[in-house]
Amino acid sequence: MSTTHMNTHDAHDEHHDHDPAPHNVFGFWLYLMTDCLLFASVFATYAVLFMNTAGGVSGKDIFELDFVLVETAALLLSSITYGFAMICAHKKDKKGTLSWLSVTFLLGAVFIGMEVYEFHHLIVNGNGPQTSAFLSAFFALVGTHGLHVTAGLIWMAILMIELIVSGFGSRTVTRLSCLSLFWHFLDVVWICVFTVVYLMGAI
Amino acid sequence: MSDHSSEANSHGSVKSYLTGFIWSVILTGIPFWMVMTEAFDKGPTYIAIVLLAIVQIFVHLKYFLHLNFSEQGKLDTYSFIFAAVIIVMVVALSVWIIYASNAMMM
Repeated sequence: MSTTHMNTHDAHDEHHDHDPAPHNVFGFWLYLMTDCLLFASVFATYAVLFMNTAGGVSGKDIFELDFVLVETAALLLSSITYGFAMICAHKKDKKGTLSWLSVTFLLGAVFIGMEVYEFHHLIVNGNGPQTSAFLSAFFALVGTHGLHVTAGLIWMAILMIELIVSGFGSRTVTRLSCLSLFWHFLDVVWICVFTVVYLMGAI
Repeated sequence: MSDHSSEANSHGSVKSYLTGFIWSVILTGIPFWMVMTEAFDKGPTYIAIVLLAIVQIFVHLKYFLHLNFSEQGKLDTYSFIFAAVIIVMVVALSVWIIYASNAMMM
């Protein structure tokens, strides 16, 4: 609010910036809470079905923890780089925000790339989702998380284009805040995924 | 700026993000190390990785999702607690019911 060189139109937008934004972000937070319930249902399904391997592979046979550790590192790093992007965004630092968002996008893309590779590897080896109840639940759970991350990447790309084309508008920070919640929320879900699916499966 | 302090909290600073990040690296590293090296028996390993995951979730909620009990932030926190109760019920009761009925059919 301390910038003095804004024109009247910006000043007008800026004035309203504080009123609707917290409500928008809170509304988005409520959506995330309903998304939690979606994940809870898929986790419950996995917990019920994971032992039913139909004589096929179990988690111990197919999970490679080094691989999962790299995926986890990519997602964790992307969380902090998004945090730095938000710090730049609150300072209206366009270049900094875009750079940190690009790093976050790349890390997210690495994560999704590795997950697609893992799924492809499983399917070509005859361990596709149709093989057993365990693999159906595994693909449903990890795939749901992966689809969310993909949606987050598309959203991030759109916000980056918006930022490049039209700079900081009155609602840019609100939009970035919503994606921030989404991105960090997916990281929390991933903690549950690597603990329940990969680590417990590999013990 | 005093009435904006809760808002400033909700943004986070470089320091708070770094604190959260270092904690989450530690809390991710230990369970992976425990499982990959098989340093402990299965039972203690299960308990440890579940506890560490729960701690890490709280770290993420505090440092990355900025949940707090300030005037502005408490609504987020209460809605999360409500969702968490539902989640525990959905997951724990589903697992209980299905495993109990499975045991009865054996």
